[in-house]
Amino acid sequence: MAFCVSTYRFVSAATTSLELLGISKRFGEVVALDAANLQLRRGTVHALLGENGAGKTTLMRIAYGLLKPDAGAVHIDARPIRFHSPADAIQRGIGMVQQHFSLVPAMTAVENFALGNRGRFDPRKESERLLEQAATLQLSIAPDMPAHSMSAPEQQQLEIAKALGRDCRILILDEPTAVLSPMHSAALLQWIRSYADQGRSVVLITHKLRDAAAVADDVTVLRHGRTVLQGRISDIAEAELLAAMLGAPLAQSELTVPRPHRPTSTPPLGSLQSVSAEEWARRERIADVSLEINAAEILGVAGLERSGHRLLLRVLAGRHVPTKGIVRIPPRIAFIPEDRQREALATQLDLRENVALRGAGNRTGWSRWRYWSSLTRALLKDFDVHAVNERVPAHTLSGGNQQRLVLARELADAPMLIVAENPTRGLDARATANLLARLRAARDDGAAIVFYSSDLDELVALADRIVLAYAGRVREAERSRDAIGRALVGTT
Amino acid sequence: MMQHLSAMPGRAATSVRMYAVAIGGVLLVGVGLLYLAGHDVGQSISALWRGAFGSYDALVSSTLVRAIPLMLLGVAVSVAFRVGAFNVGGDGQFLAGAAAGAWLALLDFPIPAPLRILIALIAGAAAGALWGFIPAVLRRRWGVFEVLSTLMMNFIAAYGVSYLVRGPLQEPTRIYPQSATIANATHLPLLLPGTRLHSGFLIAVACAIGAWIWLSFRESGFRARLTGANPVAAARAGLIETERVTFRVFLASAALCGLAGAVEVLGVTFALYENLSPGYGFTAIAVALLAWLHPLGVIVSAILMAALDAGASAMQREAGVPSVTVWVIQGLLVLAVLATRSFAERNPRFRFARL
Repeated sequence: MAFCVSTYRFVSAATTSLELLGISKRFGEVVALDAANLQLRRGTVHALLGENGAGKTTLMRIAYGLLKPDAGAVHIDARPIRFHSPADAIQRGIGMVQQHFSLVPAMTAVENFALGNRGRFDPRKESERLLEQAATLQLSIAPDMPAHSMSAPEQQQLEIAKALGRDCRILILDEPTAVLSPMHSAALLQWIRSYADQGRSVVLITHKLRDAAAVADDVTVLRHGRTVLQGRISDIAEAELLAAMLGAPLAQSELTVPRPHRPTSTPPLGSLQSVSAEEWARRERIADVSLEINAAEILGVAGLERSGHRLLLRVLAGRHVPTKGIVRIPPRIAFIPEDRQREALATQLDLRENVALRGAGNRTGWSRWRYWSSLTRALLKDFDVHAVNERVPAHTLSGGNQQRLVLARELADAPMLIVAENPTRGLDARATANLLARLRAARDDGAAIVFYSSDLDELVALADRIVLAYAGRVREAERSRDAIGRALVGTT
Repeated sequence: MMQHLSAMPGRAATSVRMYAVAIGGVLLVGVGLLYLAGHDVGQSISALWRGAFGSYDALVSSTLVRAIPLMLLGVAVSVAFRVGAFNVGGDGQFLAGAAAGAWLALLDFPIPAPLRILIALIAGAAAGALWGFIPAVLRRRWGVFEVLSTLMMNFIAAYGVSYLVRGPLQEPTRIYPQSATIANATHLPLLLPGTRLHSGFLIAVACAIGAWIWLSFRESGFRARLTGANPVAAARAGLIETERVTFRVFLASAALCGLAGAVEVLGVTFALYENLSPGYGFTAIAVALLAWLHPLGVIVSAILMAALDAGASAMQREAGVPSVTVWVIQGLLVLAVLATRSFAERNPRFRFARL
């Protein structure tokens, strides 16, 4: 199996459940898809790989009827189909869980679950159906919890349950493990496998090669909107996949992890002393936490959902006022939250205004828009953010570009403390390597970094020291993936 | 919907052509309505035009004079919506300002007239702010939804004026439910002699320009826009005290409404009476939405709405077309503008076309 020409079919039409042929899509002057192909076989898991902006999500949105292709054909069970809306796709047995969830915040889990169904809404019956779906998925969903107070993994679990509740044969998952803890990811991947083994098909959009390798039968790699590689994943070497995704092999230094850095013995840059805090809306709290953060050190934070890590990061970043205790933190703090659209960007405003957002609470007088424009242009270039110019609204950027914009803004003024929460979420391999290199460089320049990642490998590789949050308590942990993994689920 | 409104960007986000098509379409629908209702379309339209722009007098004494309160209130609504405070209490704040302005203008006190006018205007703004203070505090302290509280405050203001014009502020003969007439010296000076256009027009235009400068070029205005666009990000990423920003802008918006009331009393009616506002506070919401919450756009949309109002009266007089027809058109205009906006949001082709 080598590189394929884009019109090549590696399976016969008889065994495909979904086939996308020569799909092209343009957004204005941006070519998102250029004659892309994908053949999904019945009873298989199909990994759709590619860098940010490669067109993975766009292709699947076309399959789900959210977008109409400019050219190309969609076949289901070897028959050409035209979708006018997702309703048509759902009727044909296609379900999709998007990367940005589409739940109604004010509605409870069960109401969201039943949304879009026909007929009378019977809460008790729907709750039972929801719990049934959750049980097969081994997920914990509280039917009466409003969506707005759910964590990202909980929302995603609900989305999956919702898609399955419609009895779909073809399930499309867009970066499903991006927000999940390792334990939940493993459970989800295992479930995806068993779901496909029942004769249904799954498209897994991802940029995590490990996830793809663990569960997928087939793989399609997109780059710049073209299908550059497709075939059985067992036939393809990992290096070949990487090369197809990135266009060129990554430099060795980007993949290997340097040895942990030894901090010099200077007084701590900041500290928490017996700090307690709580956030009722999210049912999260931390109690009696004491912690020191040092200059030139990366402090890794590990924790599962609702273990308190989220609150810990916000207290350290000066974004949450604790109920008790003493917080000492430096003045210039960069804060990179996990949910960039909610906590870091005003997506209707333009890029320049989003850059000026940082520190807006402390400025007075006239706005220096000329300065912000030139700063934004420099940041876009420096951080490789793809945008037409600095005056476009932030919602026109892809997820990865939004993330890079936030990073660029927060790191622009050489912060003394960087608090980053899953900063590589939604970034591809190259952008991740780039980000981690930047964090290391900031550390070597003397900044303190507090870094949370739901990917334990990433955490162990990057952090100089690790603390773990468990049920609102925070303690030091060994720098070992297994030890942390066990501690997180409470089985030390 | 509410979040969607406050996030409306100031500069024209959709191509001007689409906007023009939408407005043109609505006017065509209006013509269709006239035809269906059995009116002489040509005669009706020409009456509408004559009443609004047809003569110097119609334009200046009718349309522009009507545009003044709509402009001030429209700017107030735009500013409040942009920060995410849905002040629909423009009418109540307008009446509070009108009452305070009339009261001070009528006070028997030996002050030179220009100073008296100034004091009356300031008092009007202060009374409007006071009327907005109550819902603003309710929102800040207890999270009371301002759409409800400001709406309720409108009724209190309306009945408060009823009380004043039958009690403490009633004219000396005690026959009519209205205040005494304000002395000529205390009227807002006329802008063009021989017309009814008073200097309130300049105040309104200045307020619109001032609001635009503030929103676009001042850090505090930028904070207000950020707070409206995404309060969570404004607080977390911008370290903005969003509740305080909202509170202040809310008061400023209410003060503008109060100022509009005082300007109307000192410039047009010269007395306080019941039903002083024919729903200006609500028309102003339409004015603001039509202008996409852009203060400079409000200058145009206020004149357009006022022209439709002025033309409607003429159409009723001359062609026998009920002025309700024009209200239908006004409503359709707002719907068309909002729909244009949503269409542009949803349709990627147009989203990119507008970059």
